[in-house]
Amino acid sequence: MTTLTSIRLRDTPALRHVLRYGDTALIHAQRLTEWCGHGPVLEEDIAFSNMGLDLLGQARSLLAHAAVIDGQDFDADALAFLRDEAQFFNFTLAEQPSRRSSAHSPGADFADMVLRNFILASWFKQGYAALQASADAGLAAIAAKSLKEVRYHQQHNAGWVVRLGDGTPESTRRMHAALDRAWPYVAELFSHDAVDDWAQASRHGPARAGLGVGWDRDVDDVFAEAGLVRPPGTPFISTGSQGVHSEHLGFILAEMQMLPRRHPGARW
Amino acid sequence: MARVTAPVPYTDGSTREQAAWSALASVPDPELPAISIVDLGIVREVSLAADGGLVVALTPTYSGCPATAVIRADVEAALTTAGLSPFRIETRLAPAWSTDWISKQGRARLADYRIVTPGPAGEQEGAQSVLHFHPRPLACPHCASRRTERLAAFGSTACKALHRCLDCGEPFEHFKPL
Repeated sequence: MTTLTSIRLRDTPALRHVLRYGDTALIHAQRLTEWCGHGPVLEEDIAFSNMGLDLLGQARSLLAHAAVIDGQDFDADALAFLRDEAQFFNFTLAEQPSRRSSAHSPGADFADMVLRNFILASWFKQGYAALQASADAGLAAIAAKSLKEVRYHQQHNAGWVVRLGDGTPESTRRMHAALDRAWPYVAELFSHDAVDDWAQASRHGPARAGLGVGWDRDVDDVFAEAGLVRPPGTPFISTGSQGVHSEHLGFILAEMQMLPRRHPGARW
Repeated sequence: MARVTAPVPYTDGSTREQAAWSALASVPDPELPAISIVDLGIVREVSLAADGGLVVALTPTYSGCPATAVIRADVEAALTTAGLSPFRIETRLAPAWSTDWISKQGRARLADYRIVTPGPAGEQEGAQSVLHFHPRPLACPHCASRRTERLAAFGSTACKALHRCLDCGEPFEHFKPL
């Protein structure tokens, strides 16, 4: 039996820049689809799957674009299924466990996924809006298309953040707990590194720090309505976008990559 | 299936391109078989390359739409059957597809199938508040009552939401503006 060996992409700021968006969309999509068949009500089960599908489509476009930038003749599937953990540049928040039944998630539940979805959709909305002006026309086109989709995601999850945050004592308790779990990973979304410097200088995209103003406005509006208060910040900044991940990404990749690595070219 | 005769946008009137447009107008959307891919606005251009081959530019509706691959295969089959080889199919992302591109005829066909057609895409975009708790109730496509409610923001496909009428009790779908 053949097992496909890992591929290695070139390490350039241009590639890391695209993968920051593409890998976050991919891993977030994977977490969302874990809810398929487990949502608290059928409508929201379907909503998570639909949003996961949108994000998977965005990830496919972004990874295909990254493959072209890399220039080694890989395709989007190779990037998703044949890269090792340290070659992924998604935000750490996206890889956190999303369901209670996971062996690695003592408390995560529907509130966690709703809140994470809202936080990330709000971030993607700012990021894609800015990327529409990218000097990279291909990236700008993907961003313009994706922006329309994440607006719906943001709106839908914002409604649930309010329903749960300002709902029953139990839903309020759970949304507050979800906020405490998510918040340590939010700083990374607006941190700054050499890739941000490169993106800004080359006009390929925004520096993450610049996305905070619009994100704050949306999040503060919704939190005010939901009765949620931002937890205090800490010096901790997670490092998924540097390729240094929490223990959870390895498990996601094991599940996501096992079949295509074990059975190359498998179809159904 | 009824054959849809589509308007012929973006051609210079040459017969091979005309033939391609009418072949494409017979390809239904796999998830919305009521309307053709031309009426849906996802065929962006039909042109002749320098080598004489046809070039058909398609654009996806939603990024993750699972129908995209099926549509491509159906287009290949339709063009081959119409004797229009050689041809090349291109994916075009910009400008991004909008429900505003659904033709008048496409909208009429959706309405025939009791799918509420999308309003202007600008209603989804722009400066509206992130919170959107009380969307304007849609008129029921079965009995025209305004006493309707949304059951699910994401319905049987990413592009549609599920609603129901509180008077006649029938469920119906809304093609969301994008």
